[in-house]
Amino acid sequence: MSHKIIVPIGPYHPLQEEPEFFQLYVEGEKVVDIDIIIGYNHRGIEKLSESKHFDQVAFLVERICGICSSSHPYAYVLAVENILGGEQNIVPERALYIRTIIDELQRIHSHLLWLGLAGHFIGYNTIWMWAWKYREPVLDCFEIVTGNRNNYAMFKIGGVRRDIQDENIPVLKKTLDELTPALDLFRGAIMDDPVIKARLKGIGILTKEQAIDWCVVGPTARASGVNIDIRRDEPYGVFDRIDWNVILEKEGDIFAKTIVRILELYENIKDIPPGEGIGRVEAPRGECFHYIKSDGTNQPVRHKIRAPSFMNVASDKVAAVGGTISDATITLAAVDPCYCCTERVAVVNKRDNRKVMNGWDLIKLSQQKTLKLKEQYYGRPK
Amino acid sequence: MSNGSCNNCDIEICDLFTPRFDVERFGIQLIGSVRHADLLLITGAMNKKSIPRMKKIYEQAAKPCLVVACGTCACSQHMFRDSYNVGEPLDKILPVDLYIPGCPPKPEAIISGILKLVSKIKKGK
Repeated sequence: MSHKIIVPIGPYHPLQEEPEFFQLYVEGEKVVDIDIIIGYNHRGIEKLSESKHFDQVAFLVERICGICSSSHPYAYVLAVENILGGEQNIVPERALYIRTIIDELQRIHSHLLWLGLAGHFIGYNTIWMWAWKYREPVLDCFEIVTGNRNNYAMFKIGGVRRDIQDENIPVLKKTLDELTPALDLFRGAIMDDPVIKARLKGIGILTKEQAIDWCVVGPTARASGVNIDIRRDEPYGVFDRIDWNVILEKEGDIFAKTIVRILELYENIKDIPPGEGIGRVEAPRGECFHYIKSDGTNQPVRHKIRAPSFMNVASDKVAAVGGTISDATITLAAVDPCYCCTERVAVVNKRDNRKVMNGWDLIKLSQQKTLKLKEQYYGRPK
Repeated sequence: MSNGSCNNCDIEICDLFTPRFDVERFGIQLIGSVRHADLLLITGAMNKKSIPRMKKIYEQAAKPCLVVACGTCACSQHMFRDSYNVGEPLDKILPVDLYIPGCPPKPEAIISGILKLVSKIKKGK
């Protein structure tokens, strides 16, 4: 075998917005293997969350990721509501609609953002400028409704934090209706462009079997022919009540339905009974999973988060291998990676850079610690 | 440069270069290498793994290179201050010339901050 050369992409690379380290092993132009090194963005959110009370956690998980800043809190409140009796039973109907609207608005802005970045990655900056230009009105909608362009702080256990004012609804509808011609423009400019076709067809392929093997989620999976979508498979919000194609194509339509709903929004929940809950939300990038274990106090005992990019980024291992170096960047970007969501801990031996502890070892360690704590508080088991 | 951020500030920084804000008309450009930079925008809550990288990148920059803490995380570490993986605050590591708070700061806020910094430099302070 010929000599392998390592080409680093990252951790700080002009094309990446966030730090992540990809080591490409290349032979000539061909990528033969890839190593993904994470941890440059790890902030210990799961641990932090266990030291905050339930209401504060919603704000914390919102800051897992700046782009899907409604998916994480949504999945989190769903997990808590799962303990409390289910979203559909305790959340007012209007709040369900508002949650759905915020979630979908976020999806529009996130997909536009990716479209722009993808254009940038293949050197087609016109697409970047266009996409982000049309993304601005969506952010304006957010600002009108929530008061901030990103990080909306809309989700609250049992409801939403604020109402969509009736006088704002026509403005939102108009903005979103105006987005439709822009999307038509993109459809024409991207799907019918021979240059883009030539550049993107047939590179970074992830087959259906590979997609299932690597557990990819969201658009990455759907692009490989895996038919999954949490919004359909395990509906939350009002996704089971609205006509889907309408939302996905002309986003404005669901607003009309909110006008007729008048319900109280704020519902205070003081104590969460003991139990375990799971929340799953179809984020723009795929399934976002939150697990909450509560022991009856006002803080979660265990909070487990699995963001979609964690699964999707790993699939680069099969998608990018076999391609050329020049294809690698767009292949890496094609899963719409969100590195800040991906960050995990592994204990690594610094000298030879080998993993000395994997997830199971860490679980064993923590079980031992729990036993020790139990002994300390309750005495030795008889 | 993102240093343990949630990506939001980084997106808003990129937003500066798109049609609505278009800071290139002021002669401000986003560049690939810090060696060509006059100013280093830093976001995030100071992740322990990326702090050494950040120092290295700052050392590579041609001096004088201004440092701007962009976003509440970079200014004060925000809600991540108590985390086990968050190191010292940015202004204990690098000399910070400007703080732009906000979560995330609006693009208008970033522009106004940078313009203030420019006028301060013009006055020779």
